[in-house]
Amino acid sequence: MLNRTDHMAYLPDMEILKDSIIMEDVITRMNAYEYHRYSADDVRIALHKDNCTPQDFAALLSPAALPFLEEIARKASAETRKHFGNSIYLFTPLYLANYCENSCVYCGFSRRQKIRRARLNTEEMEKEMQAIAQVGLEEILLLTGESRKMSDLQYIGEACTIARRYFKMVGLEVYPMNTQGYAYLRTCGADYVTVFQETYNSTTYETLHPDGRKRVFPYRMNAQERALRGGMRGVGFGALLGLGDFRKDAFAAGIHAWLLQRRYPQAEISFSCPRLRPIGNDGKTDSPILQEAELLQVIMAYRLFMPFAGITISTRERACFRDNVTGIAATKISAGVSTGIGGHQECQEDIGDGQFEIADSRSVDEVYSAMKERGLQPVMNDYVYV
Amino acid sequence: MSSNDSLILGGRAFSSRFILGSGKYSVDLIRSAIEHAGAQIITLAVRRANTNTAENILAHIPEGITLLPNTSGARNAEEAVRIARLARELGCGDFVKIEVIRDMKYLLPDNAETVKATEILAKEGFIVMPYMYPDLNTARDLVNAGAATIMPLGAPIGSNKGLCTRDFIQILVDEIDLPIIVDAGIGRPSQACEAMEMGVAAIMANTAIATARDIPAMACAFKKAIEAGRIAYLSGLGRVLDKGADASSPLTGFLSN
Amino acid sequence: MITLNGRSVDDADGLSLAELLARENYVISIIAVACNEEVVPRAKYNCRRLADGDVIDIVRMVAGG
Repeated sequence: MLNRTDHMAYLPDMEILKDSIIMEDVITRMNAYEYHRYSADDVRIALHKDNCTPQDFAALLSPAALPFLEEIARKASAETRKHFGNSIYLFTPLYLANYCENSCVYCGFSRRQKIRRARLNTEEMEKEMQAIAQVGLEEILLLTGESRKMSDLQYIGEACTIARRYFKMVGLEVYPMNTQGYAYLRTCGADYVTVFQETYNSTTYETLHPDGRKRVFPYRMNAQERALRGGMRGVGFGALLGLGDFRKDAFAAGIHAWLLQRRYPQAEISFSCPRLRPIGNDGKTDSPILQEAELLQVIMAYRLFMPFAGITISTRERACFRDNVTGIAATKISAGVSTGIGGHQECQEDIGDGQFEIADSRSVDEVYSAMKERGLQPVMNDYVYV
Repeated sequence: MSSNDSLILGGRAFSSRFILGSGKYSVDLIRSAIEHAGAQIITLAVRRANTNTAENILAHIPEGITLLPNTSGARNAEEAVRIARLARELGCGDFVKIEVIRDMKYLLPDNAETVKATEILAKEGFIVMPYMYPDLNTARDLVNAGAATIMPLGAPIGSNKGLCTRDFIQILVDEIDLPIIVDAGIGRPSQACEAMEMGVAAIMANTAIATARDIPAMACAFKKAIEAGRIAYLSGLGRVLDKGADASSPLTGFLSN
Repeated sequence: MITLNGRSVDDADGLSLAELLARENYVISIIAVACNEEVVPRAKYNCRRLADGDVIDIVRMVAGG
């Protein structure tokens, strides 16, 4: 193969958190996690205790827990009700630009993929946001591909500033940056930062990320900590389930969040559980590596391990799955989604291609009604800045 | 029980998880209580000496016992610090239990002053054991201030009411990495056992033993209860049987493939 | 005039702490002394001279806690 750079070595302008041992701790625990050692008894113990320790979390993620899904669902549902009542938060993602300098093997935005590249200018951004706000949404998630040239810090900052005018909550899913970058975006109005580690196995990670800044494993992994140090209210975690050993990845993501929450107790924590699905456009469809039951198992394990954490259910999954999961463990659901660039305004086609295929394209109204039908209370926003 | 299960305080290892308070005893019973309790740490107070005093409490404490002076009498951090320094001067060693109480009715500790005193004394090399009202935020402040342990009260001093603050002690056990030692309020061996089952590192008790009809026997009962609770915690508590499953429709029937 | 454990003591000015303790029949090995709220180490008892207005606290260990 070509001379590949060391994926564990920081690039010169990447901030190193010298006093943080979180990454080491997560990897050590993940490597020690032998899920075949857990038995039905371990799962029963986890279910009947009031507090869920990392060991219990490990048991709930193990194959031994699969026969207990119904029981786990009951407990997860009760925990979710205890911490969130019947509330389900609605939001939509807005992809601002799909330029990317990485060539991640599994992603629709890879720079090797021949897709229509586009980037919204501030006028277009504002129109999109207006259209989204008009349907009643008050929370938005802004995304870009990972290009510091085409979606630079100022660009993202401007997007946050504009978004603040239309939305009460602004989340970001953009490339990892140094603490100062996050601090700047915070002043522009961003509240949350989500970064998916994709896989916590650094060897697998290396083969999936051949080049680009995303190749640097530790820099990506410490992004949440830098975001919190930069003043962000909350951070989101997740692995792309199916890229590596999904049980170990789910375990690592949970431990990662748990350790950060202990170190930064004021941080709001959330999880997403994206399942690897077809990337489309090139005609190739891969069958999902995890079964729905296993995905549900992961989601419920997060719920029991960190009952106060938000869990988002993505549009990669079909409507019926999403609706049922909101009753059990998920607390946030997207609606009116397009993963392409633009396309939220009526009678307007998107100008750039999407990141992944959407399995649930329901509008906000449709999702809103579906939630109400299940006895849940859709919430647009519950935070007031003073 | 594994000999590796020591209580580590200030870098020293103790095999007993029972800390005995020495107040409320007549002096001649202290030695017997210590022996029956198997305690390796005993609390003492610092008081004004007058020349008529012939008694020296140290004569009644077996050799090898770690002395734990407390700052009882202090109403603020400054007084607690002074008492700690005097105790060290008395040859008590580096351990100190911080007790800052300015409420004379319930004897509840002042968390804020306790944090202040902890910070000063930790910097002077004391092994600080702060007595506090179980509050997670204060506990975190105490960790940052250099405390060697956290000592939440179970119930007001002398009340013998047991683990009134059970849920909040559990939070400390779950969230704080230092040993959690329950102090105050434990009235029965079963309560001490319950606290140990929760994962608490050690128990401090005084009134329950000192006011028993048979002090050495009660001290022994506490010792056994604390050991039992610890073994139960380490071996993993078993399954609690369901009271009866709810036979409504399944939550997971929607799963495909 | 100095104060010792809350009571006034005359004819103590100019004495060393060691002399005062001996006069008052204290057993040095089981006490500790604070002068004006500062702990005085045992080694300094001989050289610490008392002055008018000094507040002395003499303490010992007792059962408690």
